[in-house]
Amino acid sequence: MRHIISLLMENEAGALSRVAGLFSARGYNIESLSVAPTEDPTLSRMTIVTSGSDAVIEQISKQLNKLVDVAALIDLSEGEHLERELMLVKVRAEGAAREELKRVADNSHGRIIDVTEHIYTIELTGSCAELDDFLEKIGRDLILETVRTGASGIGRGERILKL
Amino acid sequence: MELTGAEILIRCLQEEQVEYVFGYPGGAVLFIYDELFKQDKVKHVLVRHEQAAVHAADGYARSSDKVGVALVTSGPGLTNAVTGIATAYMDSTPMVVISGQVPTGAIGEDAFQEVDAVGITRPCVKHNFLVKDVKDIAATIKKAFYLAKTGRPGPVLVDIPKDVSNHKTNFEYPASVTIRSYHPAGKGDSAQIRRAAQMLLEAKRPMIYAGGGVVLSDAAAQLADLARLLNFPCTNTLMGLGGFPASDRLFVGMLGMHGTYEANMAMQHCDVLLAVGARFDDRVIGNVAHFAEVPRNIIHIDIDPSSIAKRVKVDLPIVGDVKLVLDELLGVLRGGKQTPDAAAMGAWWKQVEDWRAAGGGLCYKNSTEIIKPQYVIEKLHEITGGDAFITTDVGQHQMWAAQYYRFDKPRRWITSGGLGTMGFGLPAAMGVQMVNPGATVACITGEGSIQMNIQELSTCKQFHLPIKIVALNNGYLGMVRQWQEFFHGNRYSETYMNALPDFVKLAEAYGHVGVRIEKPADVEPALKEAFARKDDLVFMDFRTDPTENVYPMVPGGRGLSEIILAEEL
Ligand SMILES: Cc1ncc(C[n+]2csc(CCOP(=O)(O)OP(=O)(O)O)c2C)c(N)n1
Repeated sequence: MRHIISLLMENEAGALSRVAGLFSARGYNIESLSVAPTEDPTLSRMTIVTSGSDAVIEQISKQLNKLVDVAALIDLSEGEHLERELMLVKVRAEGAAREELKRVADNSHGRIIDVTEHIYTIELTGSCAELDDFLEKIGRDLILETVRTGASGIGRGERILKL
Repeated sequence: MELTGAEILIRCLQEEQVEYVFGYPGGAVLFIYDELFKQDKVKHVLVRHEQAAVHAADGYARSSDKVGVALVTSGPGLTNAVTGIATAYMDSTPMVVISGQVPTGAIGEDAFQEVDAVGITRPCVKHNFLVKDVKDIAATIKKAFYLAKTGRPGPVLVDIPKDVSNHKTNFEYPASVTIRSYHPAGKGDSAQIRRAAQMLLEAKRPMIYAGGGVVLSDAAAQLADLARLLNFPCTNTLMGLGGFPASDRLFVGMLGMHGTYEANMAMQHCDVLLAVGARFDDRVIGNVAHFAEVPRNIIHIDIDPSSIAKRVKVDLPIVGDVKLVLDELLGVLRGGKQTPDAAAMGAWWKQVEDWRAAGGGLCYKNSTEIIKPQYVIEKLHEITGGDAFITTDVGQHQMWAAQYYRFDKPRRWITSGGLGTMGFGLPAAMGVQMVNPGATVACITGEGSIQMNIQELSTCKQFHLPIKIVALNNGYLGMVRQWQEFFHGNRYSETYMNALPDFVKLAEAYGHVGVRIEKPADVEPALKEAFARKDDLVFMDFRTDPTENVYPMVPGGRGLSEIILAEEL
């Protein structure tokens, strides 16, 4: 099962490598990982998308919690949550395809943020699945480059992860 | 007044009441060694290899309730220390390792003797720090000691660049420490503890399985009280030996790969299992699926939540300090009126006794021709009154020591269980002897393992450490040879120890006493004489039966009841 784990950790040199090292050393899956400082510059917020059996996910949470730098942790997928990922995608936009690409981008709430004679660069935010769908719609042939940030997650409503 | 980083470090060690630091100097720690020189509160033990410094600090910590401290230089000093650090990590020894680092300006430039100490040690420390500013030294050392000894203990590395050890700042040692992201468990959940009490009282075939956590938490008294109150059988893991008295009738021996038949059978067939400070590792329960074939309720007490439900499903987890949890559990049981089901307990004990008889106990066929290694350990137990501190290396000798030295007290058994590090025994014994001066300390070893840190005979001479080395010299890397005999068609690939040194002369060359013992009749007199020499290190080279195997044995990956007993005797 896919899980999305969110954590707050000390914003210290090496903290990221402790998390990354834990996943590789223990053979856990890591689909994406995104991290940046929060409004409190001493803390970083990290979102990890992973998958595994319930037992494995339980171990992942425990092992992460055991890291001294990890201050708080929540498995967002255990409750209602929001998930967003940012993608930049560069596509070949020539001839008739230009119109069609614009239409597809508009329909998916994508923004064309850079244009040349041959190319569109499209910005799109959504769930990982929505981004996948978008790429599918455009088709591999036209895609020149994609950059994705990995998911960021947050609890819905009153669900808050804070120290 | 402003002090240098090095002065501050030494002052911090004094504040932490550190008596001994085990270490080895080098360029990156010159300022630190200079400050060590200028004072005499913190004494330094100069080892002959950094691995030994860490093992010595480890033995020091395990045989006392103190934090071990090691000090090494950057680069090769640190990499030599890594095996020691990993050993301490696997067995949860409280330890602070201080390493020198190249100056901050040179970090990342492949400077002379630079390695990424924090990176290399990251997977085998509880936590580590690189101190980039002299102002952070005091607080970091305070945190390091706090982390090392609280919660599930473990080694903490503090890497100090050379320039930082020479910069100056005001010194103030923090009176207290809190780390907002670190909250070690204390008491267990009271409701869970009450449920556990009920589950134990309703058991028909109960079993207590106690590991190293009992020793680390100093909870041996509580464990004994609990087992006696309930009249439950108790087994220890390799790491837990001494956590329950081996001479108690409730003790069914060690369990696991080389555990007794009765311990393994009782573990497999119990209906309620109380796991205390133990982690169901592969050498203990063997095949997880096989273990799960018999339904049983498992209560697991551990300070580290990640140890619970890692390999086996647990019905009743209790996260907390073993001692505090057992105290509370005892209170609940004593406060209630219910007692275990007497009829069921009678039948269960009969079953356990039947297994004890069927397994034949721990046994070997003694000989008047050739020295049996088990006989040496039995005699060692007798002559030392079962009261010695025993360190070991890794191999057959380690298992025979575990089986035949019947430990009655905690912290007397010092062995590398998790990592299985050959070369641990002698340096660990040095640490044990330093913190227990006057005590009897024996290192049980093999002719393979002892050569991995033999240079420490020199340290023992310098610091007058009268350790007794009991080498069970079978001429083979015996444990590997045993596996080759069982599982690889007797092809003894690279396990014959050719060109062995003359250990007697070797001991003498280092200024110690050496004796070779070749006949069974000489075992007892030799041990008596050696242990009578209170002030000398005596190296006893026992020539033992090269073909002897360790029994019983649960082959790797097999189930506990698939145990192989000793050959027909
Ligand atoms: C550093 C290290 N290298 C290799 C091993 C693998 N190993 C386990 S037991 C053993 C044989 C040990 O031989 P010896 O010290 O003579 O003891 P014996 O088994 O003969 O009692 C070996 C090589 C190990 N445990 N540690």
